[in-house]
Amino acid sequence: MLRILVTTLLLCLMPPLFAADIETGDPALDAAFAQILDRDFDVKGQGITALADSKHPKRGELLRGIADGELRYLNENNRLVWMREQGDDTVAVDALSGEDYGAFSTRKFKKLALNNAMRNQIDALLAKINLSDPDPTVRLNAVNAMLDHIEPRHAELFSGLVTNEPDAKVREAMLAAIALSSLSDPDAAQRRKAVASVAGSLEPAVRNGLTRLANNDPDESVRREAAAALKKIQARAELFGYAETLFFGLSLGSVLVLAAIGLAITFGVMGVINMAHGELIMLGAYTTYLIQLALPGMTGLSILLAVPAAFLVSGAVGVAIERGVIRFLYGRPLETLLATFGISLILQQLVRSVISPQNVPVSNPDFLSGSLQINSVLSLTYNRLYIFAFCLLVFAGLFFVLKRTRLGLQVRAVSQNRAMARAMGVRSARVDALTFGLGSGIAGIAGVALSQLTNVGPNLGQAYIVDSFMVVVFGGVGNLWGTLIGGLGLGIANKLMEPWAGAVLAKILVLVFIILFIQKRPRGLFPQKGRAAEG
Amino acid sequence: MRFATNLRRLSLAVSAAAALGMAGAAQAADTIKVGVLHSLSGTMAISETTLKDTMLMLIDEQNKKGGLLGKKLEAVVVDPASNWPLFAEKARELLEKDKVAAVFGCWTSVSRKSVLPVFEELNGLLFYPVQYEGEESSKNVFYTGAAPNQQAIPAVDYLMEQGVKRWVLAGTDYVYPRTTNKILEAYLKAKGVAEGDIMINYTPFGHSDWQSIVSDIKKFGSAGKKAAVVSTINGDANVPFYKELGNQGVSAKDIPVVAFSVGEEELSGIDTKPLVGHLAAWNYFMSVEGDTNDTFIEAWQKFIKDKKRVTNDPMEAHYIGFNMWVDAVKKAGTTDPSAVADAIIGVAVPNLSGGYSAMMPNHHITKPVLIGEIQGDGQFQIVSQTPGLVAGDAWSDYLEGSKDLISDWRAPLSCGNYNVKTAKCSGQNY
Repeated sequence: MLRILVTTLLLCLMPPLFAADIETGDPALDAAFAQILDRDFDVKGQGITALADSKHPKRGELLRGIADGELRYLNENNRLVWMREQGDDTVAVDALSGEDYGAFSTRKFKKLALNNAMRNQIDALLAKINLSDPDPTVRLNAVNAMLDHIEPRHAELFSGLVTNEPDAKVREAMLAAIALSSLSDPDAAQRRKAVASVAGSLEPAVRNGLTRLANNDPDESVRREAAAALKKIQARAELFGYAETLFFGLSLGSVLVLAAIGLAITFGVMGVINMAHGELIMLGAYTTYLIQLALPGMTGLSILLAVPAAFLVSGAVGVAIERGVIRFLYGRPLETLLATFGISLILQQLVRSVISPQNVPVSNPDFLSGSLQINSVLSLTYNRLYIFAFCLLVFAGLFFVLKRTRLGLQVRAVSQNRAMARAMGVRSARVDALTFGLGSGIAGIAGVALSQLTNVGPNLGQAYIVDSFMVVVFGGVGNLWGTLIGGLGLGIANKLMEPWAGAVLAKILVLVFIILFIQKRPRGLFPQKGRAAEG
Repeated sequence: MRFATNLRRLSLAVSAAAALGMAGAAQAADTIKVGVLHSLSGTMAISETTLKDTMLMLIDEQNKKGGLLGKKLEAVVVDPASNWPLFAEKARELLEKDKVAAVFGCWTSVSRKSVLPVFEELNGLLFYPVQYEGEESSKNVFYTGAAPNQQAIPAVDYLMEQGVKRWVLAGTDYVYPRTTNKILEAYLKAKGVAEGDIMINYTPFGHSDWQSIVSDIKKFGSAGKKAAVVSTINGDANVPFYKELGNQGVSAKDIPVVAFSVGEEELSGIDTKPLVGHLAAWNYFMSVEGDTNDTFIEAWQKFIKDKKRVTNDPMEAHYIGFNMWVDAVKKAGTTDPSAVADAIIGVAVPNLSGGYSAMMPNHHITKPVLIGEIQGDGQFQIVSQTPGLVAGDAWSDYLEGSKDLISDWRAPLSCGNYNVKTAKCSGQNY
């Protein structure tokens, strides 16, 4: 009532700035459109409410257009228009009459400025309109959108709709909403009934409602029952919380494993301290970026193509490093360390000079965005899920290469006893180059995965080099299983500690733990056995 | 042994190069040298390279206008390589060897703290263009970026107006976020926010695994009261943070994030569609409407030969700082640092948001504060603006120990931290 009053009042006060331009035949609606074009957010909000309350057939479409930033207006005639591509031109189509105004430069289309408060307002208004949408999922979303700030009048609305609702899921959501609103029913018996009916729900709105009852309800028994229901819900939520932490740990661990597994070959199997390992990861990430540049609009395909391409690029660079520098330094770990550190700086500066010192944008394909909603307290993000699976896949592939192929056999032979392997006819120099290339190529693949999680820039590699060495040393030099278990274990440990220790301290504690662990078991989690270990 | 000979050979080569350089300097005696001290390699190159280019453009433009005091300006660019001790060495080199009239540079607070003793010892002038934590006022430094009361406090005020009741203060673990959050915490408590409604969280530099933190923020924000994140997360750690927010379904409508270190430059590296509605507080946005801004953007894109290059707040700070220095040199009639430092107080030059900024006696400047919402095209849309200019406050009014301090570098006080209660100047220059 008040709102209508305010609107009418404003209608009288509004200077007829734009009112003459937008004519719908309905003076209240004309005023609403004039308000929507106003720069002041309060006035604009009133206009939007007035539009939603009106019976204009296009109001849903218009509100959605405003919320998404699709609806524009033309400065010359102050008409609300849609921007449509027509060949090379952008034409303005009147949002109300559908009249075509012809082509305009894109700069003539002015956006309707919005802020968050207004986006929320529009969402709530749209939800009400969407309740009568023919699509059940739209209706379901509309009910859920209203759940957070449920009011008694919404419950009345739902009670009227629920009997005629054909879809079971929507019906259920409406009943939940009604129960939620009756948590604040004046009748204590009604409240008790409502507590019982929402007891199993994990919705935050339910928890907040129950907390309120448990603390402030005038009725003793309602307070008690609400507290009991709350306790049960919290116990369940806690259980899901543990599951979430485990998932976070596994996903952090899978990133560590991906970054470290290439190093497990170059450092673990060959014994080369390769400080440029991080930069090989970075090259993989940049390969992803370049392929995305070459294939605009095909993000999904370019990610898939980037995996083999990054393997080849980083692998080739790896072979070049081995042939050009490292082969002269076998058996001299300190010099290898310094030389590869120099290479890492060169590669970084190369990217900085050739591409840009700025980070580059790598976009995520749709299947790597969003999350798998298991219930309202537990959701698993898709990018992390895929990367975990990808990590296991890479591990399995590498394991297969080392244990089941001729190259793998030769690699193992050379790393165990170089002289003997050469005597058996293995060309050890070639095997060295290929092994180093394999490890570097895997680093490149890790770069593709990391490009989906973090920044792609010249410093990408530095962030992962220490972690990679940590995982390999902890897992046991020369053992792939050690790297997998070590990486996943460190990830989980880190995430278990993070909630109470904070991200900074958790990292330090993990490092301290590894140092102590190495004191006790210098060869890591899974030490190599047999004579090879002595060499 | 071999190393020693190499070293000797190297030092010979270096001195030969230095001699050559000096010959070059002698030839160009009729120029005024301006030092540019920004990292061109290492971690901070991502942000600081842009500022180096901005300085080159400003100096170039000034030379086209006829230089200064009848002389041409000459930029001396050095690369401190994101290495804090190297900042001090390069600053000394600029002041002692190149004898520059003023230095424009630094980004991180630690680099500024590292060069500060050098500028005070050699009496040089440093123009520092980045928002910082305050709690400092040096005779030799001019702070053209925002102090906390020119960025953080107005941003929090805006969110309070929007009905935010619970606050997450998230930052990278170093001096700027820690001090800013200390000030904000004191400010929020003074405004009646309960201890339990403030959550403080620090993460390491370049943090990329935001899963648990975003999940905690989500839980914190679903307790029935409207929540917001005040982010002092530095530089590129922001990208994975925003990505994780998007993936976990936290939108700006539920929990808006207001950032103090995210500008157009940082956004140009990411797809901003999922970020629409998140906020940033600055003293300048590229989307500001006005002729000075249009001219500046046009000149910048022409200079850098890239029609899509964006402008940002620290660039505006250099624009203001450089023009202030030029005006002060004209006013003093000399480039002598002490004379310029005296002359610059009170100098007002146009800023890019359509007004004038003036140098205050505490070596901070007056600026408008703008709050912008991120748009799908990587730009900001201004949703709130302080009605007038806000004067930078060197010492926060909300912190014990610094609320009684004032800074005034005019004679006769000439003190950076004068305690109004005890009527004493602590004697330290900062």
